[in-house]
Amino acid sequence: MSPIDAVKPPVLTAILERSSSTGPIPSKVPVATLERVSRSYGAVQALSGVNFQVRPGEVVALLGPNGAGKTTAVKLLLGLLQPNAGKVRVFGGDPTNPENRMRTGAMLQVGRVPETLRVHEHIDLFSSYYQMPMPAAEVLAAAGLEKLRDRKFGDLSGGQKQRVLFALALCGNPDLLFLDEPTVGLDVEARRMLWEEIRQLVRRGKTVLLTTHYLQEADALADRVAVINKGKIIAEGTPAEIKAQTAGKKIRCITRVSIASLRELPGVSEVKEDRDAIEIHAIEAEPILRELLAWDKTLSGLEVTSAGLEDAFLALTQESPTNTNA
Amino acid sequence: MSTAALTLTTQPMQRSVGHTLTIYLKEAKYEFFKYLRLRVYTLSVLSFPVMFYILFGLVLNAHESIGGMRVPTYLIATYGTFGVMGASLFGTAAGLASDRGLGWLEVKRASPMPPFAYFAAKVIVSMIFSTIIVLVLFALGIALGGVRMPFANFVLLLGTLVLGSLPFSAMGLALGYFTGPNSAPPTINLIYLPMSFCSGLWVPFMFLPKIVQKIALVLPSYHLSQLALGTVGAGMHEPATAHWEVMLAFTMICLGVARIGFQRDQEKMYG
Repeated sequence: MSPIDAVKPPVLTAILERSSSTGPIPSKVPVATLERVSRSYGAVQALSGVNFQVRPGEVVALLGPNGAGKTTAVKLLLGLLQPNAGKVRVFGGDPTNPENRMRTGAMLQVGRVPETLRVHEHIDLFSSYYQMPMPAAEVLAAAGLEKLRDRKFGDLSGGQKQRVLFALALCGNPDLLFLDEPTVGLDVEARRMLWEEIRQLVRRGKTVLLTTHYLQEADALADRVAVINKGKIIAEGTPAEIKAQTAGKKIRCITRVSIASLRELPGVSEVKEDRDAIEIHAIEAEPILRELLAWDKTLSGLEVTSAGLEDAFLALTQESPTNTNA
Repeated sequence: MSTAALTLTTQPMQRSVGHTLTIYLKEAKYEFFKYLRLRVYTLSVLSFPVMFYILFGLVLNAHESIGGMRVPTYLIATYGTFGVMGASLFGTAAGLASDRGLGWLEVKRASPMPPFAYFAAKVIVSMIFSTIIVLVLFALGIALGGVRMPFANFVLLLGTLVLGSLPFSAMGLALGYFTGPNSAPPTINLIYLPMSFCSGLWVPFMFLPKIVQKIALVLPSYHLSQLALGTVGAGMHEPATAHWEVMLAFTMICLGVARIGFQRDQEKMYG
């Protein structure tokens, strides 16, 4: 045991050790909880009665459209906002505890960061706040900023700026990381780069809560996804489960088969008439297509597309047999 | 003991005095760099008092005197006050309003930064820029305006002006909590320029209309300029304690207002 190991809190050691083992250690005690939490801004209800947990060692994504309440949830967990009702707990205590802030890192959406400071200066300052900061070189490497360390923040591209904010979240070598829309506004390449950096962090055993409005991002990074819309969590599960519920297929065709019998088919969540064609939402397209083609030799105008996230939210928010248990 | 149990143990936070001091110093150091490299700030805050002094104190009226005091000496005190005010108001109010309004302060608040370090840095940096402005005025006055006085008077004048920056830093904090990123600079100008005029920082106080002279009595800038003038033997020759008392009261009121803003931010109004 090195002298540094000796002063590490047991938690950190436990989490660091875990990273060498395979798979997440199942644990029921959450590191962060929202319990029947409601929060409004004036007349706008941002969250209503939300129950949500972050378990140790997992990467959980809060997925939802703009204005769904994702950022509010993160700010409540960071103690930047107080709930109107319900309980917010981080590491079993009040999120505003300075002790908790030592163990959490946050990447928030920021309109303006002091632009005349250099990347390494920002990191130096943030690192100074923590008892056991991550060495600056490690922070720079983890965020892919080695070559940009002497650049002023104002001279960086959008993707590079996001990486600096990401780096600042890492400075304290936190156990729990909050990433609020880490890749918003980034192009595909920059997004993938940041994903890779987040994945590497996860391999080091960090617990991560990220918010996003890209299903693809939640799928790429998270062990578990909670879908949030209009201040309520409307579905929760593994990315595969959520995709099955939300990102199904949309089949469009002109057919003589009755809408009623189409509704009978397994995995169909919705059938509707659209001008002379019929639109079928289903989890998987293939079984439906087999039946359809067998039933109706005159079927024409067939199109199969992936249901977009917008459709997915629509499907999840509507009462339909496939998601009542969500 | 399970991992979960371990994860829930929270270490009590014990920051050593040395560590806390390091945070304060770094916060102030980077706040200083931030403004030093911000040309909008350095140009407006440093160059206006200096340019005014060169123009009105060295080029135009160098051989005149005000109430028996040579203009180059008199104007060091008044433009010194003007410079200190600008550096402090812009340094605190504009920075705070922008950090608050555009999310940067939230990033800092989410970290374990001691909140007071953030405010202390703004106040310290305002004092540093105040010192720089006054020293530049001294250098110009000595080199080009023939300003001569005992060394102790220079020290006293500098000390008065730098200490006198505090009411304006406090005012800046209050303004920073009640203005937005875009409205802060015009609001500061709207307060700071008339305040400078009414306090006799541009036109010597005795030449101002009577009504303006009455208004000046409640302005911290008037009291600071009178203290500054007092150190060089000019001004209205009122008791120094009275000036300090007004400035102290003004500082306390501004800090009270800033505190309301601080608590409002901590609690609920902003999302």
